[in-house]
Amino acid sequence: MNNDRRKLLIAATTLYGGVGIASFATPFVSSFQPSTRALAIGAPVEVDISLLEPGSIVKVEWRGRAIMIVHRTVEMLETLSNVANQLSDPESQASVQPNYASNTHRSLKPEILVVEGVCTHLGCAPLPRFDVAPEDLGNDWRGGFYCPCHGSKFDLSGRVYSGVPAPTNLTVPPYAFLDDNRVIIGEDTVET
Amino acid sequence: MEKLNTWINKRFPLAKLIKEHATEYYASKNFNFWYGFGVLAFVVLALQIFTGIFLTMNYKPSAADAFASVEYIMRDVEWGWLMRYLHSTGASAFFIVIYLHMFRALMYGSYKKPRELVWLIGMVIYICLMAEGFFGYLLPWGNMSYWGAQVIVSLFGAVPYFGEGLAEWIRGDFYISDVTLNRFFAFHVIAVPIMLLLLVVVHIMALHEVGSNNPDGIEIKELKDSDGIPLDGVAFHPFHTSKDLVIIIVFLILFSAVVFFAPEMGGYFLEHANFEPADSLQTPEHIAPVWYFTPFYAMLRAVPSKLGGVLLMGLAILLPIFLPWLDKCRVKSIRYRGVTFKIALALFTISFIALGYLGLQPATGVFTLLARGFSAIYIAFFVFMPFYTKHEKTKPVPERVT
Ligand code: HEM
Ligand code: FES
Repeated sequence: MNNDRRKLLIAATTLYGGVGIASFATPFVSSFQPSTRALAIGAPVEVDISLLEPGSIVKVEWRGRAIMIVHRTVEMLETLSNVANQLSDPESQASVQPNYASNTHRSLKPEILVVEGVCTHLGCAPLPRFDVAPEDLGNDWRGGFYCPCHGSKFDLSGRVYSGVPAPTNLTVPPYAFLDDNRVIIGEDTVET
Repeated sequence: MEKLNTWINKRFPLAKLIKEHATEYYASKNFNFWYGFGVLAFVVLALQIFTGIFLTMNYKPSAADAFASVEYIMRDVEWGWLMRYLHSTGASAFFIVIYLHMFRALMYGSYKKPRELVWLIGMVIYICLMAEGFFGYLLPWGNMSYWGAQVIVSLFGAVPYFGEGLAEWIRGDFYISDVTLNRFFAFHVIAVPIMLLLLVVVHIMALHEVGSNNPDGIEIKELKDSDGIPLDGVAFHPFHTSKDLVIIIVFLILFSAVVFFAPEMGGYFLEHANFEPADSLQTPEHIAPVWYFTPFYAMLRAVPSKLGGVLLMGLAILLPIFLPWLDKCRVKSIRYRGVTFKIALALFTISFIALGYLGLQPATGVFTLLARGFSAIYIAFFVFMPFYTKHEKTKPVPERVT
C-alpha cells in the first residue's frame, strides 16, 4: 500500500466532494433571498395630502413599511434647533436620507416631513407624540416620535436623541412632489 | 411469542437495546424529584409533536389566512380549542421543565467531567428549542407575533457590514411578510422538530455512555459489586420508571389544570396583544416576548446601544456552554460545595428570575437600572467562576450516596 498516494487520493476526493456539496447548497441558500415577486411589489405609492392639517400626521404603506407624513406647524419647526444639543446625529451624517433631505428639517418642503415609521433600533413602529412635556416622557419633551419597544426617542424631524438604543435617525425614503398636494413615495426622479 | 422474539432478535438488537438502556442501565438509587424533569421533557416533546400535527391539519400558513385559521381552530373545529391550548400551554411547560432540568445540572454539577458532552448537547437542544418557540410564535399572525418577529429578525441587522442583508435573507422580503410566515412554518413543523428528535437521541446516548450523576455528585461506577453492578445503582426499569410514572401523573394533573382553567395564564402563556391580527403599521403599545425569552430580552434592552445589546444577549445565551471548563471545583454537588458557590448560584438564580420579570416591564427609569445590575451579576457568575471556584472550601464527599 502506498501511503502517500492514498493520502493524496483521500484529499482529492474530500476536496471534490466538498466542492460538490458547496455547489449543491448554493441554490438552497439563494432561495432564501427575496423572490422576483417580492422585488417587484416595491412600486412607488402616490399620496394626496391636501387634507393633512398642520400638526397632523398620516401613515401610508410602501414596501410593507409604514411611511409617516407629518404637516409640521411653525412652532413645531422652531423646536428643531432647540433640541439639537440633545441629539446624537443632529446633522444626519450617519443616517440614511436622500441628499435633498439632509438639512435640519430633513425634508424637501420644511413643513412636510416624510419619514419611514421604522425604528432604526429593531424596527418597531415609533408612535407620533406631538404633545409637549407629557407626564411619561418628561418635562423637556418638545414633541416627536417615541418608540414603545425599547424607548428610543426622535425629534420632530425624526432625529434620534442620544442615550437611547436606536443608533441613527429615522430613514427618509426617496420621494417627490407631483404638485402642491400630491406626494409620490419611492421615487424622486419624476417629471413635475 | 418466544419464537417471534428470537426471530426478531436475530435480525434486530431489540433485547440488547432494552437491556442497555432500561433493565440493565443502572442509575443511582438516591434520585430526587429534580431527576424527573428529563422524562417530563420527553413527555412534553411527544405532546407538542402530536398536538402540532393535528393543528397543522387546519392551520393555513399564509398572511391572508393564518389568523383566521387559528380562530377557526378555536371556534369551529371539533375539540380544536383543546389541541391549541394543549400546544400553547405545552410550549410554556416545555420551557419550565427545561429550565428546571438545567438548574438541576447546575446544582449537582452534572455538566462536569465526564458529562461535558451531555451538557453541550443539552445546550444545543435548548437553542433549538428557543428557535422552535420563536418560529411557532409567528404562526398565529397576531400583532404581537408580528412585531416580536420583526424585533428578533432585526437583531441580525446589528451585525456590522452584512447585517441588513442577513436580516433580509432571513425574512425573504423587505419586511415580515407572507414569505417569512411560510418559511417559519416550514422550520417550525419540520426542520427544527427533526433536529430536536435527533438531538434528544444523541443526548441520551451520551448520557448512558457515562451514566447519570446524582444529588450527591458521586460517581457510582467507582464502587461495583462482584457482578460489576454499581453498589449504589438500581436498574432504570422497573425502579426508576415506576417513580417516573408518578412524576408524570403529577405533572399531567398540574398541566391539565392550566389547560382547562387558565390557558392564557393571565397573558403570560398567550399574550393579549396577540388576539388582534398582525398590523404592519401599528406596534402594540407594550411589546414583550413570551415569558421564557424575557430574561434575555431584558438584557438586550439594558444596553443603550444596538450592537452592544445584541452582543450582551448573545453572550448571555452562549456563556453556559463553557460551564464545564469555567468551574474549577472538583466537587460536583451543591451539598458538599463551599459557601462561595452557593452564594454565586443563589445570586445567579435571583438575577435570572428578576431579569425575566424586568423583560415584561416597560424599559424605563428604574427598571432599566435594575436590568443593568442583574445583567452584570448574570455575566459575572460565569466570567469570575474560574476564580471563585478555584480555592473553594468544600466539605468532604462521602464514598456512598446518602
Ligand atoms: C417541539 C417543541 C415545540 C414548541 C416549543 C412549539 C411552540 C409553539 C408556539 C409557542 C406556538 C404559538 C402558540 C400559539 O400562540 O398558539 C406554536 C404554534 C404552532 N405549532 Fe408548535 N411547537 C413545538 C412543536 C411543534 C410541532 C412538532 C408541530 C407540527 C408537527 C407544531 C405545529 C404548530 C402549529 C401548526 C402552530 C400554529 C397553530 C397555533 O398557533 O395554535 N409545533 N408552537
Ligand atoms: S425598536 Fe424602537 S427602540 Fe427598539
